[in-house]
Amino acid sequence: MVSRREFLQAAAAAGAILAGSGLGPLGRVAAQQRLTEESLLAFPSFGNATILHLTDVHAQLKPVYFREPSINLGVGEARGVPPHLTDAEFRSWYKIAAGSADAYALTSEDFVGLAKGYGRMGGMDRIATLIRSIRASRGGDATLLLDGGDTWQGSWTALKTRAADMAEIMTALGVEAMVGHWEFTLGEERVKEIADALPFPFLAQNIRDNEWQEKVFEPRKTFVKGGARIAVIGQAFPRTPIANPRWMIPKWEFGIREEEMQRQVDEARAEGADCVVVLSHNGFDVDRKMASRVKGIDIVLTAHTHDALPDVLKVGNTILVASGSHGKFISRIDIDAGGGRLKGFRHRLIPVFSDAIRPDPEMAALVAKWRGPYEADLGRVLGQTESLLYRRGNFNGTFDDLIAGAMLKERDAEIALTPGFRWGATLLPGDPITFEALANATAMTYPNCYRQQMTGEQLKTILEDVADNIFHPDPYFQGGGDMVRVGGMGYRIDVAKPMGERISEMTHLASGKPIDAARSYVVAGWASVGQGVEGPPIWEVVAGHVAREKTIRLEPNASVKVVAG
Amino acid sequence: MTMTSAGITRRQAIGSAAIAVFAAALAPRLALADEAAVAAELKKLYADKPMTEGRIKLDVPQIAENGLVVPLNVDVESPMTAADHVKAVHVFADGNPLPQILTYRFTPESGKASASIRMRLAQTQTIVCVAEMSDGKLYSAKAGVKVTIGGCGG
Amino acid sequence: MATKSQPRVRVPATAKAGEIVEIKTLISHEMESGQRKDADGKPIPRKIIHAFEASFNGKVFFAATWYPSVSANPYQSFFYKAAETGEFKFTWKDDDGSEYAATAKMTVA
Repeated sequence: MVSRREFLQAAAAAGAILAGSGLGPLGRVAAQQRLTEESLLAFPSFGNATILHLTDVHAQLKPVYFREPSINLGVGEARGVPPHLTDAEFRSWYKIAAGSADAYALTSEDFVGLAKGYGRMGGMDRIATLIRSIRASRGGDATLLLDGGDTWQGSWTALKTRAADMAEIMTALGVEAMVGHWEFTLGEERVKEIADALPFPFLAQNIRDNEWQEKVFEPRKTFVKGGARIAVIGQAFPRTPIANPRWMIPKWEFGIREEEMQRQVDEARAEGADCVVVLSHNGFDVDRKMASRVKGIDIVLTAHTHDALPDVLKVGNTILVASGSHGKFISRIDIDAGGGRLKGFRHRLIPVFSDAIRPDPEMAALVAKWRGPYEADLGRVLGQTESLLYRRGNFNGTFDDLIAGAMLKERDAEIALTPGFRWGATLLPGDPITFEALANATAMTYPNCYRQQMTGEQLKTILEDVADNIFHPDPYFQGGGDMVRVGGMGYRIDVAKPMGERISEMTHLASGKPIDAARSYVVAGWASVGQGVEGPPIWEVVAGHVAREKTIRLEPNASVKVVAG
Repeated sequence: MTMTSAGITRRQAIGSAAIAVFAAALAPRLALADEAAVAAELKKLYADKPMTEGRIKLDVPQIAENGLVVPLNVDVESPMTAADHVKAVHVFADGNPLPQILTYRFTPESGKASASIRMRLAQTQTIVCVAEMSDGKLYSAKAGVKVTIGGCGG
Repeated sequence: MATKSQPRVRVPATAKAGEIVEIKTLISHEMESGQRKDADGKPIPRKIIHAFEASFNGKVFFAATWYPSVSANPYQSFFYKAAETGEFKFTWKDDDGSEYAATAKMTVA
């Protein structure tokens, strides 16, 4: 445990390193001195109940670095507005000072320098401390803790225990309802097995069995908190069977099911709800559209797209809350609700600065218990990185460049495809690349690294199809995630063009020649949604590569030319 | 090309790996119907009788989760009395091997002209629905369904 | 090898007079479209259920013609306006001439 004094010393050192990037060193230290547990928790209680939202933790039990995107393009009505702002534009919109704690937590600017000063974020034991403290001050019967999903996947322990670790930890945290997406990649049976055993409901109004079209999960639940009747409707990720292997959930159908959502809201209202909350895994832009079309929702707790916004966004009378990912943040929303309506609210996105928060000893022990059997694996050092390794962003991230490079070499391929997942923690220059760090970017249930022939035409079809899932101007056609990352091939993308016309100038980098539509290329990739994909798990491929290279140094990737429109 | 010592064969045989990594994108193309084929079927049924858009709620997913089982719900607004009811509903697709999907026959005893089924769609295409009323009037509706290769989400 | 087609239906056991009830039916069937080829490249002949009918006390109130684009194991749901106590009969007609049937009783109060 880091004492406050040690934390301030570290912060002072960081201030010295970062002199010259906006705030002077003294200003920096002054800013950081306010980063205490008390300051993070500072919140004048309001109204009669508190809703806490934690989402997209991706099974991260320990504090991590997570660099927010430097490119996050919005299309259509979402162009140039939150959450599609990054760095200076983001800071300017929310009036955040360069080099401040908020700037570190919410943007990618000066990430390496600020990370050294502000440290890792998240960690279940820190989150437990914050939640415990809020419950104590507010009263447990006035506090509602909701989990937005993508909780059971993203770490080696979650993969090996098939999420038994997360089920116990989220139960210990006191979660009162959850929804899901990556959860479903554990397969129908396992999801049902865990969900049925949890002491809280797994809510989803938009999942049907495909035999009789009946709901698979409870659609909503009403909680009475501080006298307020809060109806919570679950909305699972609507595109799960498209974005993830359908064969793992063969009997379930998803979809947005807007009309059924309206019915759920109307029923909740008819039952006397004072506040209607959608615990959603739609993704921000889909939620923004849904909120404009479904009437009577007070609060949408968004997820999936990993956006962290310091303020709520309003669509009509509906409030959208974006709580980030990887345990970096908790959203606190105090509500004044009664007489069948939400009369007022106050919101704060609480950053979980791990060095400023005391770990909760019980949660720390629970985390240690689940990690114990895997510590030797987790701690195994494969090599070291001299470059910042991150993933998040619309196009290639350096961690993906590492994975793609490993596939090109280890699988002797001409082109490598690696999915544009938004999960995966960040490593700083100089950090060891442990097996845990690699697992944090790759641990999932369909990791096989395939190697096969694809023609230039097929590669174009794939890039166009994936691009349309991200840059379709109608959010209901967007699947979330970022663009598939490509190794060994460059291309130009014009995001504003229609499907089939976005991708051009595809170039085979090794030869410098244009990709020939008719020629076959040897392509390696992983995370295929197809069934029966053969090949070693991706972490073995990358671990082998890192072990041979020993030191990873990546040049800036300039192979994707982006035309924002 | 050399083999590495990592226990992973750098050149694993490609043969059996030619599986459905991106099934929909890489499937061979069949000879498919088109808009003209749908128009021809409609002409066989109703010659050149005029149709009005409306009264039909054609509910299909904007994006198919599985091209082999795409839910299709048709709901036609009608009092469903002996004097005024929906007689028939025809559904077509302009991108499948055959343009016809189904025909429903309703009666006043149906209570409402609404039915659900699941269909196969070979590719992204438009679904066309025509309803014939008891007075002979025709109504129509259209809806697009996108069939995507998927993957890479989240 | 194709297994024998097995129909299943879901009908409310009771209804009020004038109530519009939903009926759900399912039948196991491969719905071989006639568009596929076998391993030798020979076309696999079409074998689908092409007709479905629903009657109550002997009177047909809903019928469907299905083409090869209907999914395997066809699901069909539709409605019926309850008037009297009686029995539903559902029939499915196969290209090969076979016919499958299911019945269900409904009491109208």
